[in-house]
Amino acid sequence: MSEPALATPPLPTRAAGLYDPSYEHDGCGVACVARLDGEPRHDVIDLALTALDDLEHRGAAGADPTTGDGAGILIQLPHGFLRSRVGEFGISRSQLPDPGSVGVASCFLSSDPTLWESQQRLLEQAVIVAGQQPLGWREVPVDLAGCGKTARDVAPEFRQLLVGAGPEVIDQDEFERQLFVARRIAELEAGPALSIPSFSSRTIVYKGMLTAPQLSRFYADLRDPELQSALAVVHSRFSTNTFPSWELAQPLRLLAHNGEINTLAGNFNWMRAREAALHSNLFGQDLERCLPLIPDGSSDSAAFDRVLELLTLAGRPLAQSMMMMIPAAHEHRDDMPPELECFYRYSSSVIEPWDGPAAMVFSDGRVLGACLDRNGLRPGRWLVTDEGLVVLGSEAGVLPVDPAKVIRRGRLHPGRLFIVDLERKLLQADGETELEVARGKPYGRWCDEGEIRIGDLAERTAPRVHEPLRTRQLAFGYTQEDLRVLIAPAAEAGLEPTGSMGNDLALAALSECEPSLFSYFKQRFAQVTNPPIDSVRESIVMSLESRIGSEGNMLSEGPEHAIQLVLDHPVLTNEELERVARASHPALRATTLDATWPLESGPAGLEKALDRIAREASAAITGEANLIVISDRALSAERVPIPAMLALGAVHQHLVKEGTRLQTSLVIETGEAREIHHIAALIGYGAAAVNPYLMLDSLTDLHGRAELPGDFSQEEAVAGLLKAVRKGLLKVMSKMGIATISSYCGAQVFEAVGLDRDLVDRYFGGTPSAVGGVGLDELASEALERHARAYPESHRRSLPEHVEDSSLPAAHAGLLPQGGVYAWRRDGERHAWDPDTIAALQLAVRANGDGTRAAERYEEFRQRVDVENGALAILRGLLELRPAGDPIPIEEVESTKEILKRFTTGGMSLGALGPEAHETLAVAMNRIGGMSNSGEGGEDIRRYTPDPNGDQRRSRIKQVASGRFGVTMHYLSSADQIQIKISQGAKPGEGGQLPGHKVDPYIAQLRFATPGVGLISPPPHHDIYSIEDLKQLIYDLRSANPKATVSVKLAAEAGVGTVAAGVAKAGADHVVIAGHDGGTGASPLSSIQQAGVPWEIGLAETQQTLLRNDLRSRIIVQVDGGMRTGRDVLVGAMLGADEFGFSTAPLIATGCIMMRVCHLNTCPVGVATQDPELRARFAGRPEHVVEYLFLVAEDVREQMAQLGIARLEDAIGRVDLLGHKPLEEPDGHKRRLLDLSDLLVLPETVDPRAPRHRTRGPEPPDPHFDVRELLDEAAGAIAGGEPIRLERRITNVDRTAGARLSHEVVAQHGPGGLDDDTIQVKLTGSAGQSFGAFLAPGVTIALEGEANDYVGKSLSGGVLAVHPAPESPFVAADNVIIGNVALYGASSGRAFFRGLAGERFAVRNSGALTVVEGVGDHGCEYMTGGRAAILGPTGHNFAAGMSGGIAWVHDPDDHLAVRANTELVDLERVPEDERDELHALVTEHLARTGSEVAAHLLEDWEISLSQFVRVIPREYARALEHRDDVGGPKTSEFRTLAA
Amino acid sequence: MTRDPRAFMGIRRVADPERDPRERVGDYGEIFGVLPNEELRRQGARCMDCGVPFCNSACPLGNLIPDWNDLVRRDDWKAACEQLHATNNFPEFTGLICPAPCESACVLAIDDDPVMIKQIEYAIVHRGFEEGWIVPRPPERRTGYRVAVIGSGPAGLAAAAELNQVGHEVTVYERDEAPGGLMRFGVPDAKLEKWMIDRRVEILEGEGIKFEYGAEVGGNVDAGELAESNDAIVIAIGSRVERDFEAPGRELDGVHFAMDYLYQRNRWVARSQGHPAPEPPPGAEITAAGKRVVVIGGGDTGMDCISNANREGALSATLLDVYPELPSNGRYPDSPWPLAPKRSFTTYALDEGGERRFGHQVIGLEGDEGRVSALVGRRVTGSSSRTLEPVPESEFTIPAELVLIAIGFVHPAHDDVVAGLGLETDKRGNLAAKTFETSRPAVYAAGDARVGQSLIVTAIADGRRCARLVDRRLREAVPAAT
Repeated sequence: MSEPALATPPLPTRAAGLYDPSYEHDGCGVACVARLDGEPRHDVIDLALTALDDLEHRGAAGADPTTGDGAGILIQLPHGFLRSRVGEFGISRSQLPDPGSVGVASCFLSSDPTLWESQQRLLEQAVIVAGQQPLGWREVPVDLAGCGKTARDVAPEFRQLLVGAGPEVIDQDEFERQLFVARRIAELEAGPALSIPSFSSRTIVYKGMLTAPQLSRFYADLRDPELQSALAVVHSRFSTNTFPSWELAQPLRLLAHNGEINTLAGNFNWMRAREAALHSNLFGQDLERCLPLIPDGSSDSAAFDRVLELLTLAGRPLAQSMMMMIPAAHEHRDDMPPELECFYRYSSSVIEPWDGPAAMVFSDGRVLGACLDRNGLRPGRWLVTDEGLVVLGSEAGVLPVDPAKVIRRGRLHPGRLFIVDLERKLLQADGETELEVARGKPYGRWCDEGEIRIGDLAERTAPRVHEPLRTRQLAFGYTQEDLRVLIAPAAEAGLEPTGSMGNDLALAALSECEPSLFSYFKQRFAQVTNPPIDSVRESIVMSLESRIGSEGNMLSEGPEHAIQLVLDHPVLTNEELERVARASHPALRATTLDATWPLESGPAGLEKALDRIAREASAAITGEANLIVISDRALSAERVPIPAMLALGAVHQHLVKEGTRLQTSLVIETGEAREIHHIAALIGYGAAAVNPYLMLDSLTDLHGRAELPGDFSQEEAVAGLLKAVRKGLLKVMSKMGIATISSYCGAQVFEAVGLDRDLVDRYFGGTPSAVGGVGLDELASEALERHARAYPESHRRSLPEHVEDSSLPAAHAGLLPQGGVYAWRRDGERHAWDPDTIAALQLAVRANGDGTRAAERYEEFRQRVDVENGALAILRGLLELRPAGDPIPIEEVESTKEILKRFTTGGMSLGALGPEAHETLAVAMNRIGGMSNSGEGGEDIRRYTPDPNGDQRRSRIKQVASGRFGVTMHYLSSADQIQIKISQGAKPGEGGQLPGHKVDPYIAQLRFATPGVGLISPPPHHDIYSIEDLKQLIYDLRSANPKATVSVKLAAEAGVGTVAAGVAKAGADHVVIAGHDGGTGASPLSSIQQAGVPWEIGLAETQQTLLRNDLRSRIIVQVDGGMRTGRDVLVGAMLGADEFGFSTAPLIATGCIMMRVCHLNTCPVGVATQDPELRARFAGRPEHVVEYLFLVAEDVREQMAQLGIARLEDAIGRVDLLGHKPLEEPDGHKRRLLDLSDLLVLPETVDPRAPRHRTRGPEPPDPHFDVRELLDEAAGAIAGGEPIRLERRITNVDRTAGARLSHEVVAQHGPGGLDDDTIQVKLTGSAGQSFGAFLAPGVTIALEGEANDYVGKSLSGGVLAVHPAPESPFVAADNVIIGNVALYGASSGRAFFRGLAGERFAVRNSGALTVVEGVGDHGCEYMTGGRAAILGPTGHNFAAGMSGGIAWVHDPDDHLAVRANTELVDLERVPEDERDELHALVTEHLARTGSEVAAHLLEDWEISLSQFVRVIPREYARALEHRDDVGGPKTSEFRTLAA
Repeated sequence: MTRDPRAFMGIRRVADPERDPRERVGDYGEIFGVLPNEELRRQGARCMDCGVPFCNSACPLGNLIPDWNDLVRRDDWKAACEQLHATNNFPEFTGLICPAPCESACVLAIDDDPVMIKQIEYAIVHRGFEEGWIVPRPPERRTGYRVAVIGSGPAGLAAAAELNQVGHEVTVYERDEAPGGLMRFGVPDAKLEKWMIDRRVEILEGEGIKFEYGAEVGGNVDAGELAESNDAIVIAIGSRVERDFEAPGRELDGVHFAMDYLYQRNRWVARSQGHPAPEPPPGAEITAAGKRVVVIGGGDTGMDCISNANREGALSATLLDVYPELPSNGRYPDSPWPLAPKRSFTTYALDEGGERRFGHQVIGLEGDEGRVSALVGRRVTGSSSRTLEPVPESEFTIPAELVLIAIGFVHPAHDDVVAGLGLETDKRGNLAAKTFETSRPAVYAAGDARVGQSLIVTAIADGRRCARLVDRRLREAVPAAT
C-alpha cells in the first residue's frame, strides 16, 4: 500500500524536500475467522485477535518500539452489544431500532477537543441530509496507556454515532447506501481532521495505531463477551514510515489488504475521469454529493476500498466487484470455463485491473471472502474444522487448532476466490462463486456482439509520404545508432538487444545533443515492497490486450460496454493505423489532430499548438469522436513536430480535467518514438495505442544498407521489430510489477529528471520530479534545432550545428548524427568515462611506485572527471562544496586508512568477471581494509585460505541475489557482511543473466549449474514479495550467520527513501543506494539507459526520510554508482552516505577499457570473460586497485583539509555544505536551469544537532528457536558428532528453525558438516516461515504438522520431512502441508513433504532431492539441478525456465502436458537408468513421512513407473550425454568445490 | 549481417601491401598497394566495435573508424566512403601518409596487432574513386561571401573545401607552382604520387574553388588588397622555417636542410613525368648520387631523404637518430597505450637500403676545401631532449659528402603575408591565433602556421575547425553585399 497522509496534524501533507508521503508502502499480515453456522459468538473475536497476535512478527515498529504501525478488526455489527449499551448512546432500549435498521458510525474525531462538538454536529447533519436519523453518541472506552507514546501523542477522540433508518428506507441495502452518502458528505465537508473508519448497519471496525497485542488492551469493547460476531477480519500493518497515523490502520470499510496496488496512479486518474459518467438509479442524485470518490493522496488500499464499496452499493455482489477489480489471468489460460473467460473480458471493458501483489480479505458482514492477485504474490492459508470454524491467514498456524478437528486445509490460489457465505452457510473455494457470477448475465453474447477486431475494419494502405526518409529521421532526431544498434538488431532477432557496463551518459537535461523528451523520463520499478514480475518465465499472467473506444458508466451493466475495438497489443503498423484512423464503422468515430506547429511562430509556437490540440480534442469529443489520433505526420519544411509526450500530455490532462477523457481513446501516430522506452512512456501516460511509423519506415532503408540480412523480407523485419517491442513492453511493465497493459496505461510509473516542475504539473501531473529544470522554451528550441538539421534551408542556416567539434559533414549533410549513446563517439553524447578519462586513470595507477608521477597523473584524471568532462554529465557536477570552517593542516585530517575502511567494491559476480579480475579486486580490498563483494555467483572455497604472502582472496561481502547461485550455509557463514541485492542500478526490477558461453565448468561448479547452459536470475526474489518478507529474509540470514551484518541493496528512484526506512525497520544493518549509472555484465540496452535515477536524488531522499523517521542512527548508508574521485566521496557523504562503493573505476584500474562486451565473453583485456585465451591477457594487479583507492582517499583528505573537516563522519549529512556551483559562463546551456535545492534540504522536523550517520544498530531480533530449544542440548553432538535425537513443539512464530544449528555445524566442520542424521530433531506443530532453511549436512528435522512459506530455503545438505499429525482426519495428499516457494535455491540435501505444496515449489533448486505429493503453479521454476519427484497434481507453468536437474511427475491422467511450460524441457518416459534412483527416493519418502501415496505407488512399481513423466531440460540432457562420452557420472549432480 | 564478436581472436593482421623494396627502389612509383577485397573485409572484421573507441578519440579528425570498418566488413563500400568523407576531406592523403595515431590507440594494440585502419581507409577511398562515387558536389547556393585561403597544404585545402561547401566563394593562393604544399614538395612520390593531389584539386575546382599559383601574398600579391577584397582570409602557410643546429662546420658546402633537397628531388620527378617545374639554379643542385649521405634526424623527413638518396644511387645512406632504440613493443615506457609512440617503429625507407643509428648525436662536421667530408658525433642516452646524456668517450667520425638536416621546423615564415598583414606571433613564433582568429579582424590562421609542425591529419582537422569558425563569424556579420 502506498500510504498517504490523511489525518492527524503533524503529518506532512505536502512533500518537503524529496520526501513524498505517496511513496510510502505497507506490508502486512491479515487473517480472518468465521463460523459457518452464522451464529455470532464472542470467541470468533477472541480467536481473530489471537491470530492477529501470531502475525505480530509480520508487523513492525519504528524508532519507538512501543508504537505499532497499525492493527485492527472488522466484525459484524454486534446487536446484542448495542442493546446492552444503549444507555451509553443516551437512548433507551425501546428506541433502538431492529437489526437491519440500525447502523453505527465509528469515528476518529479530531485530537483537538474544541472541534468535537462541531464535528459531531456535522456528521449528524449529514445523516439527516441523507434522510436517516442520528440517535446518539457514545464515547468509546479506550486505554490510552495501552498504546505507544508516539501513538498517544496524536490519538484522536474515539466516538460512535448510532443511526436509525429513515422512514423512506425500503431495505437494508438502501440503508447502507444512505449511510455511505452521509459519510461522504461529512468527510468531504470536514476534511482530513474527521475520519470515519466504518459506518454501516452490517459491520463495525476497531482499529488504531497499535501493535497487534495492544489492540484488545486498547479497546475495552473487544474484551466484552457481549461483543459477538460470526466473522472477524484482522490486520496488522508494517509500514515503511513511522509517521503517526491512526487512520491508516486497517481493516477499511470492506477489506483488509496485504499488498500493494502498483497501478494506483492510473486507476486513480481513470476513476476521477469516470466520475463524470457515473450514474446509478439506486443512488439517483445522491451520487453527485459523494464525489470525488477518492480524495487526493488516498492510499492504494483506501482507494480500492472506496471503489469496491461503490461498485457493491450500486448493486453488484461483493464477489463480482472484487472479480472486476482483480481479475484472474484469463488471457492465456485454455482451461478456464468459457463463460468465466467472457466475464473477465467483459469486465475489462468496464474497468481496468487494479494490479499489484495483493492478498485481500473482505467482508460486508454477510459474506467473508479472500483472494490474491492474478500472480499469487501473497500467501494465504486456510483450514476448516469439523465444528464449522473457518480460519484464514497470511500464515498457517495462526491459531492453535487441534489437528484432529481439521477436516480440510487449503491455500489461496491466484485468481480464485475464497468465499464464506454466512447467509447460505457454505464455503466456496474451488471456483463455484466465480461461475455463479459469470453465469449471471450473457457476458459472452455481449462480447461477441460488441467487440470489434482490426480485421473487421476495412483495409487501407499506408499514406503516401512526401518528405524523404532521411529528412524525417533528421527532424525527429534519429541517430545512426538508433538504426544500427537498436532497430536493425531488434528486427533481425525479434529481441531487444543486450549490452553491458553502466550508463555513464550525460543526463538528458545536461546533454548537448538535443535528446528526445522521452529521455527525461525514467522508468520506475518495483523493489521490496512489491515484486517485479517475471514476464518471460511467468508470461501466462501477462497481457498486452488493449481496448479502444469510449467507456460508459461503470455502475451500469449491459451490452453497451463491450462495444470497443480490441487490439492484441497496443503497437499499430502503418496500415493498421490507417484502418483505425479512417474506420467507417458505426462504433468507431475517429478524429486526427495535427501535432505539429508552424516554424514561423518560433519556439513560442509550441505552447500555442499544445493549447490548440487540447481545444480541438474537446471539440472532437463534442462532435462524438471516441477515438482521437494525435499525429505528427504533417511534418514539413514549414511544420515542426511537437514532442509526442507533450502532445499526449496536453490532450490527456485537458480531457481528464474536463471530465471527458473516458469518452475517447487516444492513439499516437508519431515519427519520434523509436525505442521500447518511448512506446512504453506514451502508453504509461495514457495512449491506448501507438503507431511508430517512422521506426517502421526506417526498416526499408536498413535493408538497402545491408544492416539487415539480404534474405530478410520487409514483412519479416516489421514482424521482428514488433515482436521485440512487445517483449520489451512486457518487460517494462513487469519491472513495475504490472501484468496487464490496460492497467499500465495511464499509470504514469515514470519519474522526470531535470524537467521544469510547472511543465511536469501541467502536462504530466503526478509525476515525481526531484530536480527542476528544462521547460517548454528549451524543448521547443531543441525541436527547432532538430528541424533545422532536416531543413537547413528553412532556417537560413549554412552549417548544421549538431557537430560539436571539427566535423563539418557539410557535403554529407544527409548523414544522421552518430549518437554516441551506446558507444562513445567524439562528436556524440558526452560520457563520464571518455577515452581521456580512462587513459588518465590507467596511467595514474601504473606509475610503478613513482609517487609524484602517480599524483600528477591522478590530478589529470581528477581534472578530467571533476572539471572538464565528467562533471558536465552528472548532477553532482552542478554542486560545489563549501567550507565547514577555516582550512586545517592535512595532518589533522583523519588517516587514509580510516577513509579506506569506508570503501567497498560493488557486487560483480564471478562469472560476469573472470576469476583473475574477481580475485584481484578481492585481494586489493583486503589489503586496504575495505571490503570486496562476491556478487551473485558463489565463491570458490579455496579462496577462504590466505595466500602464502598473507593476501586474502575471500570476498568479505557475500551477495544473495534472486538466483541464489552458490548461496549455501557455508558461503553465508564465511561472510562479514551478507548483502541482499534487491535491485541493481543498471537494470532495476530485472533479473540477472549469464549467457551460456560464460558458464564454463568452473563457473558452473560454483553455481551448481550445467556448463554451457545460460543462467538467469528471476526478476523478483521469490521470497521477497513484500516488506515483511524482507524482514523475514534478514532474519533468515542472521540465523545463518549471527556474526555477519546484513545489507540491502536498493536502486535509486522516487520513493527509495521510504523503502530504505522500511529496510531499517526490517532490521538491516546496512542499506546501499545504487545510482542508475551502476554497471552490469549483461542487460537489455533500454534498461541500462532508461530505468532509475542518479544516486544524488535517491541518497538525498533516503537521508531525508531516515532522519524524519528517526531511523538514520540505526543503519549504515552506502552509496554506489559512478564513484570516481574524492569529490564524489565528499558529495556522497554530505548527502548522507557513510560508505562508498566503487565498481567501474577499480575495474578500469585493472585494465577494463569499457568495451561493453561483457555479455559477449569477448573482453579483449581479460577482465569480463571466461575465455582462457582472453583471460591470459588480463594484466591487472591488486596494486593497481590499491593505488587508485589510495589516490582517491588522499584526494578526499586534501579536500577535507581545505574545507576544514577533520573527520569524514563530520561531513555526513551536511547538506548545508553543498550549494549550486555558480556557472562560469552563463552560456544559455540548459544546465543553468537545473534546480537541486530539494536535495539539499534538512527536514524541518529534524533536530539539526541530531546525528546524521549511524550511531547504533538495529533492534536485536527475538531469540531464535534453535538458541532457545536446541543448541545447548545439541552442543555435544555438534562438536563430537555423536548422534542425538530431540523432540520439541513449534509454532508459526518460530521462524527459520534449524538454520542457527546448521550454522554451528558448518562453522565447526566446514561445508561437509556431519554424517547424515547425526542430529535428529522431531518437531510438532505449525512451523513458522523458512522452516529448515540452510540446513547443513548431518541435521535432520522431521515436522509433524504443517509449515509455512520458504521451507528448506537454500537447503545445504540436511534432511527435511513434513507430514500431518497421525490423528488428522483428512487425506494428506489432498491437503496443503507446506506453503509457497519451498526449497528456493536449495543446493544439496533431501526434503520430503507428505501433502500439497504451494506455488513455485523448488524454484531455483540446484541440487536437492525432494518428494512432494502435489504442487501449485510454477513448480520447479528455474531449477538448475537436483531431482524432484512429484507424486500428485501440478499447477500451471510447470518447469518454466528450468535449465537443469530432473523432475519425475506422477501423471496418470496426462495433465502435465498442458500445464508444463515446455520452452526448455522435454516430457519423456523415465529411462531405465533413472528408475532405481526414483525408486529409492519414493521409498525414503515412505520411510520418512509414512506417505500413503508412496506406499500405493510402491505396491505396483512397474505400473506406477509407467505413469511417471520425466521432465528434463533439453540443454541439460545434452550436457549429460556429453558427460557420457567422456565417461563421467551421469545422473548424479556435478559435485562442487564450494560444496 | 551480424558481426562475429570473436573475429579479432581468429583473424591475424596481415602485412601491409607493399611492393618489394628491391624492385621499388629502382623507380619513383608508389610503393603502397591495396589488399584484395576479401582480405580487407576480414581485416575490417577484426575491429571490435569498442564501447570506447580510442581510435576515434586519437584521430585528430575524429574519423568514424569503427563505423567504416564495419561497413567494409559488410561490403558496403559506398556507405563507408560516405562515412569516411563525413570527417575527412582527403582520406587518400591520410590513408597513405598519416602516421596513424588511430592504430597506436586501437584497443587491440594493448596486447595484439592493431586493426589495419590506415589500409582500410585508403582502400575505401581508392574504391570510391574507382567506382566514381567521389565527384564534385558544388554547393546548391552561394552566400556571397568571399574568402581567400593562403596556402594549399592540407590545412588550406581542407578549410577551402569546407568553406566552399557551405556556399562561400573561395580562392586559394599558392606560392609554388602547384598545390599541396609539403605533400607535394616534401613527401616523395613513392609515398604519395602527385597525381592524387591533382585529382583531388580537380574535384575542388569542380566544386567552385579557384586556385592561384605562383601567388606570393605579401610578395606579388598585395596583402592589403587581398584583405580589402575578401570577407575573410585564412592563412595556412605551414611551418616552414627549418630548425637548425650550431656546430663547427655547419657552414660547409654539402650541408643542407632536408627540405631543400626534397624540393629539388620532387621537382625533378615531376619534370621527369612531364610536368613543368622549376629547375634549381645552376650550381645549387643538391644530389646524393655517388655520395656517402648522412641524414641528421630520425623523423619522417629524414626517412624521405634516405628514400631519395637510395634512388639517386648514394654510396651509402646513414640516418642518425639522437634517441635510443625503441623497445620491442614499439613504445617508450613513458608513452604507453593509448598514447601515440614518439617515433615510428619501422619505416619504409630503411627497407630499401641505408641504416639508422640510435642514440647518435652530431657534434661537428669536418670539411675538405670547404666541402663537407665527415661528420663527428658521439653516443648519447636518454629518451627526451631534456634527459640526453653523452656517453663518455663515445665519439666517432663518419665520412660524408652530403649531410642533410632533418630535425624539424620552428615556425612559419615571418616575412611575406605575416609581415604584409602585420600579424602577431606567439612566443614560439607561430601565428597568434588561439581561437583561429589572428590579431587582425577577419584574418584567421590554421594548420602548422598556427600550431607548429604537426601531422597532415592535424592540419586537415585544423583547417576544418577554422572553417567552422570563419563560417560562424561570417553568418554573424552583416549580410554579404551580393
